[in-house]
Amino acid sequence: MNPLIFDGDMAVGGAGASASAPPTAGVVTRPSRRALRRVGFPILAMSPFVIFTFIGLGIPVLAVIDHAFRTEKGHLTTANLRVVSHGVYRLGFENSIKLSLIESILPGILGVFLAYAILTSSHGWLRPLVTTASGVLANFGGINLTFMFIASLGSTGVLTVWLKSVHLDPWNYGFNLYTFYGVAFVYMYFQIPLMVLVITPALGALRTSWREAAQNMGASNWQYWRHVGVPVLLPSILGAMLLLFGSAFAAYATAQSLTGGIIALSPIQIGNLMNGNVLSGQVNVGYAIGLGMLVVLTVTMVLYGLVRRRASKWLQ
Amino acid sequence: MAFQKLKVALVAAATMSSVVGVGLFASSNAANASTMVNWAKVTHLTKTGPTSMTALVKAAKKEGKLNVIALPPNWANYGQLISGFHAKYGIKVNSENPNGSSAQEVTALTTDKGRSIAPDVIDVGTSYALTAKSSGLLAPYRVSTWSEIPAALKDAKGYWFDDYGGYVAIGCNSATVKCPTSFAQMLSAKSSSGYKIGLNDSPLNSNSALAGVIAAAVANHGSLSNVAPGVRYFAKLNANGTFVPIIANAATVQSGATNIVIWWDYLQASGISPSVKTWKVVVPSDAAVGEYYSQAISSSAPNPAAARLWEEYLYSVTGQNLWLKGEARPVELAYMQAHHQANAAWLAKLPAIPAGANSMFPTTAQIAAAATVVTNSWATKVGAG
Repeated sequence: MNPLIFDGDMAVGGAGASASAPPTAGVVTRPSRRALRRVGFPILAMSPFVIFTFIGLGIPVLAVIDHAFRTEKGHLTTANLRVVSHGVYRLGFENSIKLSLIESILPGILGVFLAYAILTSSHGWLRPLVTTASGVLANFGGINLTFMFIASLGSTGVLTVWLKSVHLDPWNYGFNLYTFYGVAFVYMYFQIPLMVLVITPALGALRTSWREAAQNMGASNWQYWRHVGVPVLLPSILGAMLLLFGSAFAAYATAQSLTGGIIALSPIQIGNLMNGNVLSGQVNVGYAIGLGMLVVLTVTMVLYGLVRRRASKWLQ
Repeated sequence: MAFQKLKVALVAAATMSSVVGVGLFASSNAANASTMVNWAKVTHLTKTGPTSMTALVKAAKKEGKLNVIALPPNWANYGQLISGFHAKYGIKVNSENPNGSSAQEVTALTTDKGRSIAPDVIDVGTSYALTAKSSGLLAPYRVSTWSEIPAALKDAKGYWFDDYGGYVAIGCNSATVKCPTSFAQMLSAKSSSGYKIGLNDSPLNSNSALAGVIAAAVANHGSLSNVAPGVRYFAKLNANGTFVPIIANAATVQSGATNIVIWWDYLQASGISPSVKTWKVVVPSDAAVGEYYSQAISSSAPNPAAARLWEEYLYSVTGQNLWLKGEARPVELAYMQAHHQANAAWLAKLPAIPAGANSMFPTTAQIAAAATVVTNSWATKVGAG
């Protein structure tokens, strides 16, 4: 997972810092050697991270952009972008965005409630148990996950057969694992634990004294959440949902093994173009889809930054 | 952009050093063995002299190793081919990325160029052999049994030559359903038939699954050049509730998620039959569509003699029969049958070509055209999105 998306402060800071406001007025008006050292040392300390990020993220991004604008022989072109903005590749973007939106909003909401329920539960042992389980399940994906669902909820799955025996076969009621919504259903299995994992610390920051103070002043439960709880939590929830969006947007093996390509999704299309046994010599079209995905993620991050700045304004 | 330049520089440097390296190697070899043979440039063996089979074996043993890539041990019996080669010549076979794809093989030729771990030989779908040839990644070589390979199944100069192949087949678990023997029977079946038909992978990603769609087209008033009916065929199966779009394999068969699989006959034989005893494999009566894979030697093979010896081994009677044992059809099968060289017991195990069926082999151009059509319509037609 991309730590840059994870940490909202850093994402916003990148944009906000462009105003180049001095950290403290005194340092800038009269730069002394000590001040320089004070500024220089943090930069030095940061440099391994910056270099590491550039190698791991910067260079690949530049390579994706470069390849997206070249033919297979290396000439400059915009043909790749034209190809991916039409037909089945465009459909791939639409499906991927739709799936990721579902997979950020639904597990986002469910995860908040689940995490809150566990935090406020009187059973103290629940929290470490659920946190550990979430850590495992949030990383459970791919072919294993697909097979688990086929074996349990596939048309001949164990659960399906049990439900059938009590005349509640879900497949008779329009349930189908091998469709778009089937994929969305399976993704929940790792998206909800991921939400629980990232939102639990934020929920922990909600102090009981605030609630007591609100109650003392006669606030109802609804009013407390409307005016205190939700505004305080909103930036964290939005940040976590963004993470879920990214996680679903990039997920590949689960959908591929579950639906064998009958649902157009951008990451699967990239895989077909770059790594497959069928489409030879169209690698740069794959890079162009990659560029499109980068654009989508960038837009999401900027939107998030704007929303977050607004939501946290009153906190200052 | 900077990265691109760096890459170009690295590749250039690697190429230079390999050219220099070959030169040095050739001259040091000349000093040691008093021969001037640069095996990387040898295009065929001679009966006697410095490029004879005896000299090749000697040179290959001296190299001592062979790098192969993307050869799964249970695929067309490659496990026994590799161990047999090692036993016969004492040459160590390094098998890289055994489950890799053709695309990854060609990529490895480029990215590993100049390294001692670079692949010496590849086994790819023919369209990838053509790509690799046009990128200058292959060295021409004609094995001793060259004339036994049908002309349509090889590059005239020997840049690539087909090795083994098979037919799109219908595999079926006879313990759970009444087995279909044609595409037509599967089409008319409703979901009450209990049919759960799967492809081995997505046809957008897998050449064998694409061949399955081409075969379905042939059976439904389409042709090797017109695969749209094949896409419509699977859309109808999906509407009938008999198509299961997951990646079908032995595990999905054992769990019951699929009980019919459309895949190469020889891969069903090695991939599903051993674990499902009631598995029956037939070539459909309404479409006998086959394809071959292709061998090629890398132009920058780190072990050029071992690479050539490997090809000689694969195209010997022993090698061809080992493919046959894996229920694949070796490219020299017709010649071997005519000359009684084919192992009768293994030959008898091959799924029969139905009487009256017209065997068809799509060309690389037809496969490429089919790939484009299927890529652009599979998701919208079959999955409705």
